[in-house]
Amino acid sequence: MPDESPRITVDEVSKVATLARLILTDEELSTATAELSAMLDHFADIDGLDLDGIEPMMQPTPLANVMRDDVVGVTLNREEVLSQAPLAEDGRFRVPPIVGIEE
Amino acid sequence: MNNNRTSAVDIAQNVRNNVKTAADFIEEHLARIAEHDGEIHAFNLVLAKEARARAAEIDEMVAAGRDPGPLAGVPVALKDNMCTQGIPTTCSSNILADWRPPYDATVVTRLREAGAIFVGKTNLDEFAMGSSTENSAFGPTKNPLDTTRVPGGSSGGSAAAVAADFAPISFGSDTGGSIRQPAALCGVVGVKPTYGAVSRLGLIAFGSSLDQIGPFAHTVADAAIGLETISGHDPGDSTSIQEGPLDLSRKLELGVAGLRIGRITDLPAGASPDVEQRTEEAFDALRAAGAEIVDVKVPAFSYGLTAYYLIAPAEASSNLARFDGVRFGMRTASTDTNRMYMATRTEGFGDEVKRRIMLGTYALSAGYYDAYYGRAQKVRRLIANDFSAAYEKADVLLTPASPTVAFEMGDKASDPLTMYLCDTYTIPSNLTGHPGMSVPFGTGDHGLPVGVQVLAPALKDDVMFQVGAALERSAPQRFTGSGEGGAS
Repeated sequence: MPDESPRITVDEVSKVATLARLILTDEELSTATAELSAMLDHFADIDGLDLDGIEPMMQPTPLANVMRDDVVGVTLNREEVLSQAPLAEDGRFRVPPIVGIEE
Repeated sequence: MNNNRTSAVDIAQNVRNNVKTAADFIEEHLARIAEHDGEIHAFNLVLAKEARARAAEIDEMVAAGRDPGPLAGVPVALKDNMCTQGIPTTCSSNILADWRPPYDATVVTRLREAGAIFVGKTNLDEFAMGSSTENSAFGPTKNPLDTTRVPGGSSGGSAAAVAADFAPISFGSDTGGSIRQPAALCGVVGVKPTYGAVSRLGLIAFGSSLDQIGPFAHTVADAAIGLETISGHDPGDSTSIQEGPLDLSRKLELGVAGLRIGRITDLPAGASPDVEQRTEEAFDALRAAGAEIVDVKVPAFSYGLTAYYLIAPAEASSNLARFDGVRFGMRTASTDTNRMYMATRTEGFGDEVKRRIMLGTYALSAGYYDAYYGRAQKVRRLIANDFSAAYEKADVLLTPASPTVAFEMGDKASDPLTMYLCDTYTIPSNLTGHPGMSVPFGTGDHGLPVGVQVLAPALKDDVMFQVGAALERSAPQRFTGSGEGGAS
């Protein structure tokens, strides 16, 4: 865990924003860096805990790999689903070009 | 405020026995909504037309000698993150502003089948992220007891709807305290059930290992019947526990004689003196009713906030990846798909949602996963272990629900961390999956309500209700303020 301050840099926040598919202005980037740093400082209270050998807890129930029977059931109506999409055509979701874009 | 409320239990009894019609009850509630909700803004959408039509159906069933169910004619408000088929479901976010779900949440189906009538969809902090309902894209909800103050959050609209008697029962979701904290601030009962006791199918996900739907009500008995109706196994939710509906209403009169009520001696500080005092009085009241008060330690309690604010945003960043402008909600047009994703999400999400998505994305990113998300999951295990040890000594635990009474609007808006501290006492039971409820217990500063929280082990929701009902019987008046700026 990085101990030196600041806990997170503007460059790291910028990378995180890209990963999260968000666009931040320079001003927002600087605010977000300060806020995230403050939070990570606060969260440093667990840094000193000895967690070796502790099993991570991912969810509270003892359930695992719940499967339903492989039988045909009712599914959503395609037209109703597509009617709620921003753009649909020929029974499919329509999106702008994915490949062949010049960066 | 309406001081002549009729409970859900009484409404259903009147309607089923043909003493008073569902139509009459619905008109009374719709009239209060029409008069006061312009100021309070509990609702994103009022379903007046649909409610009247459904009330007529219920009354026809009764006239024909059929029983509409245990919630016959009961007006119910739903947090606007639960899917209602063909009816807008927004999460108080611009990104879903015009979306109409193609299906009903399981909770919605069960309530309808029990005879409940939906009067509206209630406001929330966008995607249930917040503790004041100020983070709504459609404007804040005000506390009906004092409209200069927040109702708490994120289910602030649902809490306010019950406090203002727009409905005797409403439903919210609780990921870190989002039912119990607003219940405390609005002077109503609020319950987060055991994780897995209520289906999450059709609840728009925030933190999937933490989210749970639960009721708000003016009385513990109404909260019990509300929770009984929605609980029980649902094959549509793979985290749904293989149990029947919770059995609660029959336990409310059992009393607390012989029960061990735990006091957490190493509880994190932070509650204001008025809240501390009322919590002490709640212990006294239970002791007087025959319970034994025992001291317990939960050393890892204080690490809950950190574990939660790494785990919940991590899960949120993953869950909210689905809002990409392709399948539902808004789209901001752009030249290619990746730019369209970014433009849509940047325009569609509010500041707090972006903040949490970024925090979660960071906690999950390469090089930081083990240090943040991985360690948080281990701390989560420590917390669960400590609670298990405490529940060897005590049947339930008692803490404040919220560190303070309702605060003024704008008070905590500038510093996200200050807002996060509102959830100090509620968060651990989301991490462990245990049930918790807030019960109004007298007043604190400014005559505003204080909520005492009852915590119980997994699937001991019935014991929690038993204690909640005892607290309710001995509770002082829950609002003594001037009500200045209040609904009436």
